[in-house]
Amino acid sequence: MATKEIAGKTVSLTEEGYLTDPSQWTREVAQAIAAEEGISMTDAHWKVIDFLKKDFAETGVLASMRRINKTGGIPTKDLYELFPEGPLKKAARIAGLSKPTSCV
Amino acid sequence: MADEKIKKVSIICSKGSLEGIYPALIMANGARMEGIAVNLFFTFFGMDAITKKKVKKIKVATVGNPAMGIPTIIGAIPGMSAMATMMMKKQMDKLDIPPIDEFIEMISAAGGKLYACKASVDMFGLKKEDFMDEVQSIITVGDFYGLAAGGQIIFT
Repeated sequence: MATKEIAGKTVSLTEEGYLTDPSQWTREVAQAIAAEEGISMTDAHWKVIDFLKKDFAETGVLASMRRINKTGGIPTKDLYELFPEGPLKKAARIAGLSKPTSCV
Repeated sequence: MADEKIKKVSIICSKGSLEGIYPALIMANGARMEGIAVNLFFTFFGMDAITKKKVKKIKVATVGNPAMGIPTIIGAIPGMSAMATMMMKKQMDKLDIPPIDEFIEMISAAGGKLYACKASVDMFGLKKEDFMDEVQSIITVGDFYGLAAGGQIIFT
């Protein structure tokens, strides 16, 4: 575990760059992590992040790609366009949640 | 993790049972989730996974499957395979693993490319229209190797 300054805030991160303390998450931190991933946040990106955070608060687990589609109403194709090269991993990281542990 | 990242996988799905098809689909979808390019090549009974009339009828093999832990003669009783399939599907749904047809749509939406094997298509007397819309085309083994060039090949 390491600490790092992101968007003027000191945050704790895992080796792979996921926040370890969700309370350190702010929208500015999310934006800075997204920038590291080469993503500039738009409303469509925020819709995914907001769903992941809301769903996590309700269920205690990171939503699967299928759940983001079925429950979140975001088509799989869009997810891959918004977060290329690893949509769930990137979206989870930006949302300040932990790395996906499911195979699907 | 110093080794070079896998950039492309081409997965061959050759079996038509539930437990034969899912590993190929899970590996294909998982690859796309890691940003790895995917080709899925369906051959022999594996083609049932992309055949409109068959995709909803795929079952677990309860006969000739020692891992099921039931004697073959019991596995052969009518309804056994359907029951085992139902139980497995229920469990998969809990884990958010989609039914095969939905999984095919998901992999396609994720940018995975799906193909049917020319030799098997000819052998079973099938046509492009018999396959789900997500299937790109019917290709030969030679075409498959062309598409797979420079990547990894997985046979299931």
